[in-house]
Amino acid sequence: MKYTDYYAALGVERGASADEIKKAYRRLAQKYHPDVSKEPGAEARFKEIGEAWQTLKDPEKRAAYDELGSRPQGEEFRPPPGWGRAQGGHSDGEAFQFDNMDFADLFARFGGAAGGARAGSSRGRGGIPGQDFEVPVQISIEDAFGGTTLSLNLSMPEYDAQGVPRRVPHTVKARIAPGAVDGQRLRLPGKGGKGFNGGRDGDLYLDITLKPHALYRATGHDLYLDLPLAPWEAALGATVRVPTLAGAVNLKVPPGASSGQKLRLTGRGLPMPRGGAGDQFAVLQIVVPPANERERALYEELKKASTFNPRPWPEDQESGS
Amino acid sequence: MTIETEVWWLDEHRVVSLTELVEVSGLREAELLELVSSGALPARDSPDGGLAFSARVVTLARTACRLRDDFELDTRGLAVALRLLERVRDLEGEVTRLRAHLPQR
Repeated sequence: MKYTDYYAALGVERGASADEIKKAYRRLAQKYHPDVSKEPGAEARFKEIGEAWQTLKDPEKRAAYDELGSRPQGEEFRPPPGWGRAQGGHSDGEAFQFDNMDFADLFARFGGAAGGARAGSSRGRGGIPGQDFEVPVQISIEDAFGGTTLSLNLSMPEYDAQGVPRRVPHTVKARIAPGAVDGQRLRLPGKGGKGFNGGRDGDLYLDITLKPHALYRATGHDLYLDLPLAPWEAALGATVRVPTLAGAVNLKVPPGASSGQKLRLTGRGLPMPRGGAGDQFAVLQIVVPPANERERALYEELKKASTFNPRPWPEDQESGS
Repeated sequence: MTIETEVWWLDEHRVVSLTELVEVSGLREAELLELVSSGALPARDSPDGGLAFSARVVTLARTACRLRDDFELDTRGLAVALRLLERVRDLEGEVTRLRAHLPQR
């Protein structure tokens, strides 16, 4: 396993007092807590901070941690024989196996709590509940439209006969029905970490976000798509082919269309899980192409023929008045 | 090991009881009731006379549990934090919706 420098994670000296450690944790938690932070990498950083706090706030765990000595961050190591005996973690002469353990799991048997992991919720029935996991998942808009099966490779803690958590790889397959939207949360009951001694199994939560798409912007079940138009299509009206997730359709653009105007394709958005679907909106954009000589002449002719003033003030108004 | 499993959509359509919410959120019943009475967690009456919650509340309640544990907040602090987080989420949703309306080029 790799050594983790918990003091460095909290930015304190090894000899820091309990109060200094608590203050450092609170300061960093406010900055990186994933529920309140928008800092890049906040979740991973808070995991380090939380692990460090769970160990260093508990005198027994901290003593066991200090007994490991100071090592470079990330150095491969194994705890020495007899480690943790003074804190009551492992019995004398016990051939303790450190295989498949996370560094944080090392401290699970000290201090009485279920390790550094965020234990699952209540209903312990006297045992240790399994850990709940929240996993961010990005899916494409096409997968949100048609549904998909996610295959998640997770390393979850399972308790051995002594109540020590070991990391066990799992692949969880979850069928996501059509209709997921950005920010959708899903719960997979009992598919988190295994409970111990009658404690319930943890749950797995999926936080769905939609990948950015080259054409569509999703908001809820509605989709928005830019629809570029030539000036004459906007002026005269046109029937244009528009892509939708279910296939291209013809869209009638009325004469006199303006940039920013939205045309609705009813029911062409993302499906809703219990029936119905959102809408797709085509956001009109008038694109003026480079003009050749003939086209310039036609524009000049149009200019002479038209009395149109696109600005909401009189043509002869002086600047600043 | 591969596990195929059922999936719960945490949305308005699924309803959870107070007992279930205690079970999945990690909050105590008294804490949940206080958050409900302060208006931080929306609840409705269930046919059996108890409280019922939309499954969307599971996410909120779990957030409250994390904030309680990680910041040692009491229930009044949790209620304020949850209201502010909901406002931030609503505003972020509004920004996303307005951005979607704008042409991207």
